[in-house]
Amino acid sequence: MAPFSPVDALIGGALIGLSASLLVVALGRVAGVSGIMGGLLRPWGAESGWRIAFLVGFVAGPLLLGLLGFDLPSVTVSGSAPLLIAGGLLVGFGTRLGGGCTSGHGVCGLARLSPRSLAATAVFMVTAAAVVFVLRHGIGG
Amino acid sequence: MTLLIALVAGVVFGIGLTVSQMVDPARVQGFLDVAGLWAGTWDPTLAFVMAGALALAAPGFWLARKRGAPLVGERQEIPTARAIDRRLLLGAAMFGIGWGLVGYCPGPALAGLAFGLRETFIFVAAMIAGMGAYRWTLEKL
Repeated sequence: MAPFSPVDALIGGALIGLSASLLVVALGRVAGVSGIMGGLLRPWGAESGWRIAFLVGFVAGPLLLGLLGFDLPSVTVSGSAPLLIAGGLLVGFGTRLGGGCTSGHGVCGLARLSPRSLAATAVFMVTAAAVVFVLRHGIGG
Repeated sequence: MTLLIALVAGVVFGIGLTVSQMVDPARVQGFLDVAGLWAGTWDPTLAFVMAGALALAAPGFWLARKRGAPLVGERQEIPTARAIDRRLLLGAAMFGIGWGLVGYCPGPALAGLAFGLRETFIFVAAMIAGMGAYRWTLEKL
């Protein structure tokens, strides 16, 4: 993993914020990834097309950077298949039940000063930090 | 036009997640590992990404609210719910557990598919299953 780069982090974050602004100003939609994915599990409708286009862009973005010759970051996913499956199920179910994830609550919700999103963000940040603590420093860590 | 704007927004978001290295779960877990604050190994990346994202998303949401209508299409769909209820808190906690376990939230997991790791595909499949489990149970209540 490359060392911490505040400039890359700020630029990358700014692009994420720019994307959220573009979506809400131009289309009037919130750039919440879990809500957009979850919406695609409903019957096909007027909202389905833009949702697919937006999500396709997520995969196309890094591929485009690679094609243009930029260095891509290293990606390390640790954990056995059962852990990955448990994590995925919890993230999928939890974000739908809680009405958002890091993008919907964390970026868009905080950007529009929603107390609901602030509460959700505080809860998932603290819970995730607690889990990482137990994983790394708890049982046998 | 709607599809093109959504695709561009998705690509910009995907590039942002890559440039900021949020596509690397190890880096996200490095932020969540608060014990690193004392050990000197804490990774502040996510905080800088959030700061950059909020700096550009906040003016967008302000402008969208002021305009009251999107540039393309008929109406805005911006959440109006205000209650901090059990669903919100329980969902956020479940999401936090899954996020901590693997280091993936929905956006980076999706963009991570571009990196072609088997682990990412397993996680995303489970995440969609989790969303489906919500869709066909609690969403109907």
